[in-house]
Amino acid sequence: MAVETVDTPVRDTVPTPARGERSLTGLWFALPFLVIYAVFMIWPILAGLWSSLFNTSLAGGDVEFLGLSNYAELARDGAVWDSLWNTIYFTLLSTPPLVLVGLVMALLAHRARRTGWLLRFSFFMPFLLPVTVVALIWLWIYQADFGLLNAAVQWFGGGRVAWINDERTAMWAVVICTLWWTVGFNFLLYLAALQGIPRELHESAAVDGASPRQRLWRITLPLLRRTTGLILVLQLIASLKIFDQVYLLNEGAAAPITRPLIQYVYEQGFTSYRIGYASAISYLLFLIIMLVAFAQFKIFPAGRDD
Amino acid sequence: MRTRLPLSLLGVAVAILWLIPLAWAIDTSIKPEGETTRVPVTWIPDVFTLDAYRDVFTASDVPLWLLNSLVVATGVTVLTLAAASLAAYGFSRLDFPGKNWLFALILAGIMVPPQALIVPLFHQMQSLGLIDTYWGIILPQLAAPVIVFILKKFFDGLPREYEQAAALDGASRLRMFWSVVLPMSRPVLAAVGVFTFVGAWNNFLWPFIVISDPDLMTVPVGLGTVQSSYGLRYAEVMASAVIGGLPLVVVYAFLQRHVIRGVGDAGLKG
Repeated sequence: MAVETVDTPVRDTVPTPARGERSLTGLWFALPFLVIYAVFMIWPILAGLWSSLFNTSLAGGDVEFLGLSNYAELARDGAVWDSLWNTIYFTLLSTPPLVLVGLVMALLAHRARRTGWLLRFSFFMPFLLPVTVVALIWLWIYQADFGLLNAAVQWFGGGRVAWINDERTAMWAVVICTLWWTVGFNFLLYLAALQGIPRELHESAAVDGASPRQRLWRITLPLLRRTTGLILVLQLIASLKIFDQVYLLNEGAAAPITRPLIQYVYEQGFTSYRIGYASAISYLLFLIIMLVAFAQFKIFPAGRDD
Repeated sequence: MRTRLPLSLLGVAVAILWLIPLAWAIDTSIKPEGETTRVPVTWIPDVFTLDAYRDVFTASDVPLWLLNSLVVATGVTVLTLAAASLAAYGFSRLDFPGKNWLFALILAGIMVPPQALIVPLFHQMQSLGLIDTYWGIILPQLAAPVIVFILKKFFDGLPREYEQAAALDGASRLRMFWSVVLPMSRPVLAAVGVFTFVGAWNNFLWPFIVISDPDLMTVPVGLGTVQSSYGLRYAEVMASAVIGGLPLVVVYAFLQRHVIRGVGDAGLKG
């Protein structure tokens, strides 16, 4: 009530968007960000598109207009499709465990009382490590001769496996390392969502005789649907952009059998100095990520407040 | 409540499983080099030694890279928060020509994968003369549309009455932003700031491309480029990994409650 009495005279002195008063003040506020955004986001997008139409090299030299022939070459380049398949295969293998394990971890940590600190710390801690540290640790664990994983396998009576170099295990090795490193972020989003569920819901259901299992399936999981949708999309996009850990694990491999698309972009642009061609491949990835993003809007329409 | 005990046992089991890789790295780093490659593997070293740590601190660039990471991550965080919160305030509270159109442009940028821009960005950095500079690492990371989006959403939810009261006292828009809105936004700024800092500290691909001078490398890039030069000295590799990884982990151990609460405040829960 007190607020309303103050409100009336103030309306005249403070222009609000609701009243449709325009001035340039807001533009001044937005300007620093807009300049950075234009120079380091919009411009590279356009410059990349432009140079994908040319035979441009980082090493300089003649620039020749090629039209769409970079894209035609890309369509014929087996290495593009191999690395695209690696990227998609990685995304398909990694997304389900990254979402599910994150959910299970959040449920465990949310219920835990005395062990809560330990659980929250161990589940999220790897996310804070630089990717190189993660790669060094896992290269060491996967090491064929004296690595921890083979020691465990042999203890159970199995034989030695060259985890990174064996075609059958290389992608799984990347997936397990990625799961360990990044699931903490999904865990944190789920945990925050769980903490947002009113306790009364569970209490009244318990009074009505609902078992913990029924409360999980009937209350908790349905209320987490929006969070799951968000995590799923963020995870798909993150997995499609995979590069760092694969590149670093590949350094320890005989041949890059798990090479993802971004690594091929990197090799074409910075090893072979073919800017135009590398840009064209970037746009293929761009297109795929946009499709996933738009699919998200179709599958979760107005997913913000349902 | 009979389910409580098995579930907490399961929780602790997963937690221990998740700690093993780091524990193994630390374990390796305190062994003498000769013992790191022993088969079968040992968890308890015959001899404890901190030689590997001494060597990393005295004879490697790791301390320098930690400093570089600190400079870069602090720069990215402070400048991102400054530019993004100003913009978010403008879009949340003020009306100006082209506002809706510009905000749509920013929203669209959330879907752009920065990894797909490395080639044109590098080209651009060459022409700006920013290769092998701190600014070359920092500037492209400031174009973070998702931060503007999160902050605008948060500002939209703040009551306007305080600003109106400040207006009565003759405060300017900048004053309202600085003295009224920012103090009310501390939790969300902290959450967004923590994630920006972690992201910048650990970013690999962009600094890897724009920096070739070892004196300017950040921790992830430095450790990645020289790991081969260690040869077969695994204890030293693991010691540098532990030193390179520990700072943020230690900070998180103290701040984790705030980080988790902040994620909820930032509206990231969906």
